[in-house]
Amino acid sequence: MSVTDPETDLQPIGSTSRAGDTIFRGLATASAVVIVLALAGVAAFLLAQGLPALDGAGARSYGYDNIWVYTGPLLFGTLLASVIAMIVATPLAIGVALIISHYAPRRFAKGLGWLIDLLAAIPSVIFGMWGIEFVARNMVPVYNWLNDYLGFIPLFAGPVPTSGRTMMTAGLVLGVMALPIITAICREIFAQTPVMHQEAALALGATRWEMIRLAVFPYASSGMVSAILLGLGRALGETMAVALVLSPSIVVSFNLLTAESGSSSSTIAANIALNFGNASGSKVDALIFTGLVLFVITFAVNFLGRWVAARAVKKG
Amino acid sequence: MAKSIDVSDLNIYYGDFLAVEGVNISIKARAVTALIGPSGCGKSTFLRSLNRMHEVIPGARAEGKVMVDGQDLYASDVDPVAVRRQIGMVFQRPNPFPTMSIYENVLAGKRLNAKKLKKSEADDLVEKSLRGANLWTEVKDRLGKPGMGLSGGQQQRLCIARAIAVEPEVLLMDEPCSALDPISTAAIEDLIHDLKSDYTIVIVTHNMQQAARVSDDTGFFNLRATGEPGQLVEFNPTKKMFTNPDNESTESYISGRFG
Amino acid sequence: MTDLDSKPAETHLAPLSHATLPGWAPWATVVVGLVVGAIVGGVMLGGGVVATVVVAWLVVVLALPLWSRAVEGGRKGTDRLVTVLVWSTFGLAMIPLVSLTWQVVSKGVGILSPQFFQNSMAGVLGSGGGIYHALMGTLIITALATLISVPIGVLTAVYLVEYGKNNTFSRIITFLVDVMTGIPSIVAGLFAYALFVAFFGPGVKMGFAGSIALSVLMIPVVVRSTEEMLKLVPADLREASYALGVPKWRTITKVVMPTAVAGIVTGVTLAVARVAGETAPLLLTAGLTNYVNFNPFDGRMTTLPVFIYYAIKEPGIYAEEMTAYAWGAALVLVVIVMALNVVARVIGGVFAPKTGR
Repeated sequence: MSVTDPETDLQPIGSTSRAGDTIFRGLATASAVVIVLALAGVAAFLLAQGLPALDGAGARSYGYDNIWVYTGPLLFGTLLASVIAMIVATPLAIGVALIISHYAPRRFAKGLGWLIDLLAAIPSVIFGMWGIEFVARNMVPVYNWLNDYLGFIPLFAGPVPTSGRTMMTAGLVLGVMALPIITAICREIFAQTPVMHQEAALALGATRWEMIRLAVFPYASSGMVSAILLGLGRALGETMAVALVLSPSIVVSFNLLTAESGSSSSTIAANIALNFGNASGSKVDALIFTGLVLFVITFAVNFLGRWVAARAVKKG
Repeated sequence: MAKSIDVSDLNIYYGDFLAVEGVNISIKARAVTALIGPSGCGKSTFLRSLNRMHEVIPGARAEGKVMVDGQDLYASDVDPVAVRRQIGMVFQRPNPFPTMSIYENVLAGKRLNAKKLKKSEADDLVEKSLRGANLWTEVKDRLGKPGMGLSGGQQQRLCIARAIAVEPEVLLMDEPCSALDPISTAAIEDLIHDLKSDYTIVIVTHNMQQAARVSDDTGFFNLRATGEPGQLVEFNPTKKMFTNPDNESTESYISGRFG
Repeated sequence: MTDLDSKPAETHLAPLSHATLPGWAPWATVVVGLVVGAIVGGVMLGGGVVATVVVAWLVVVLALPLWSRAVEGGRKGTDRLVTVLVWSTFGLAMIPLVSLTWQVVSKGVGILSPQFFQNSMAGVLGSGGGIYHALMGTLIITALATLISVPIGVLTAVYLVEYGKNNTFSRIITFLVDVMTGIPSIVAGLFAYALFVAFFGPGVKMGFAGSIALSVLMIPVVVRSTEEMLKLVPADLREASYALGVPKWRTITKVVMPTAVAGIVTGVTLAVARVAGETAPLLLTAGLTNYVNFNPFDGRMTTLPVFIYYAIKEPGIYAEEMTAYAWGAALVLVVIVMALNVVARVIGGVFAPKTGR
């Protein structure tokens, strides 16, 4: 600004900056409004294109009585794959987060945190290729072993495909993909555990693990739940890894180790990706409807995760 | 029971930085020893080196001898966990475990060692420790309530109860009253007086009246200059220290000329 | 005092130096484990490296805690067991990263050649194809998405931090941004498809639709990271500027934004890296073509991830060649994404304001 004459000091700075303020504020507000419109658009267009599927035409053209018979098994498969993913990812993520926050020397911990972040950056289609080429192939002996000794449990019934492309493989890949998210949140909270509570535990003669159990886990518990829920949100919506590993199917099956048609489930997201190219008319409506269902489920899970986290913050 | 502590030639480091240099001191059993001195002179650091809490900070270490009952705390085969179990510590800010009840807080240390504590034994220990910390009458009707619900002074006494529940030989207190109001402070000081018949107590304090009130011996820590390591300048019976100290800088610190 | 003097008068300090395992004990266990693993797993079971490692791990996870339990006591044993388990998670977590990197590099590097970058798949049967069309598609679609997302995202963050100040509307926006963050990418694709169908009729495929879908994924990331960075700018700085009589919008553009710019650029770069690897939304909106298309508003446009997906999923009769193309494209994609990540961190590290932590 130029030097102002004392006489004019108290005058308004000038209409141009007033206008500048108004315009800039308007732009910022407008951008925020765009976000409202975008989300309203997502909801509106998905509803407009998806709800017609409720009449069952889309499901019938896929050979099912109504849309729920079509969506149900996919929803089941989505949940099944995500649950496997969480069973795999949660202990791994908590362990890695503990290494970064409490076990490793500081410099090493920083590098390790960076490596795990890199894992998060890898595109999902590449996780899918890796799922086919590495996980599926190398897990076949394990699957065979499980099938041989625990095959009487429906979860592990056979036959195991030589390709290894099964629900279990899909779940494992999803678990690896959810790992960085859960690790990142957990390590943040572990590192925030008040030093005074950790020292209180150590001064009572606690070992490192006892200190973690006494001071760190109680402090971090709701944050860990929230991390798992947000990781679950990612696993639920993940498409490509599953689409590459599994074939399309509309089946409710707990069978994790087989690719036989009729006894292996698939997920909503993968089903959309696999069928969208060949779909038209009412079939598209049916697929969009399943997408709507997926949206609602992931929204609920993410919302729950943030709610748990927010409640933890309020509690102190 | 309570043990004396003999420190010789103790150097304490943070990484490469020498924080406290060449401490020699004999802390008497069943007595209260106060450590005073200006901020940053290393008295808390020294206190934390007496139960090997110092090394919890990454890169921190200590060299020298700290003999308790004929055992050197810094001998190579000593387990710091065992040291801390027998040399308890109370911190500047009251730090009861936030998710635990009063009852569970008192037992937290004991449970580490005795997995299967009988209900009656646990009840007895809780009562004995809380009585020992002059807190029993105030909390006996709400043992199941969270420890964080108590007042600051009560929380600090709860922490003392938690520390004495594991039956240590020595109690280290790092400015235990600095976060408390005068009434709570008086309660803690009374408690320190009671505890000294059973424990060796070392207390760091900024409050010289407090040192004069509660301690039998006093050590004065100071820095020779900024950036230099802290040193134990003088160690004498409290009476002498506050009436006729040997060292000039002790006298000027006590009479409030600096620090 | 009550009955504290019931303590016997002649207690001694319990020994502080009860037996401990020597410092080399964990490493010795690992070495023994590897030897046993090699003999039992590698040779007797004939399982090679994998069996060796598995048996070695079993040996360590059993032997070290048991040894410790016998010598040092139960609590120390448990502590050691947990330590072994925690470090095992680290080993397990490294398997995907290492194997994935190795696979992508080893399978992808063979196909790389100048013509791989210069050719498209137009008229290619078998060998001689390239990813030029997919590279251009990725570039154009991602650039368009960035052009849409960055102004909206940054300005929204400015609104939230500088103007909204926790009023009802800004809390609604914060909530909606949270919702957007959780939108599955395939749903973003469905949205863009549904939007464009409403205007262009069924079956529409164009690059711009893909950009819209990616924007839905990108905007919340940009808002979040910008918001974080703007919040880090100290209030003193704003007040100092107001005190000089600088209007608010000039304060924001000349004082606040420049202070936060490194962080914002880092956030934007990471967001670009994320959407550049997206597949699902583009599958539905931009589709697959073998030809180079520079016009995002007309016709199909292929990106690297979509190209990879189809090359793997529907390779046709030239399966071997298509798989090789897919791995080559995967390597290129990973290098792009990793480079963006490294750039983001360098920007964040080097240009970060020296104030604060």
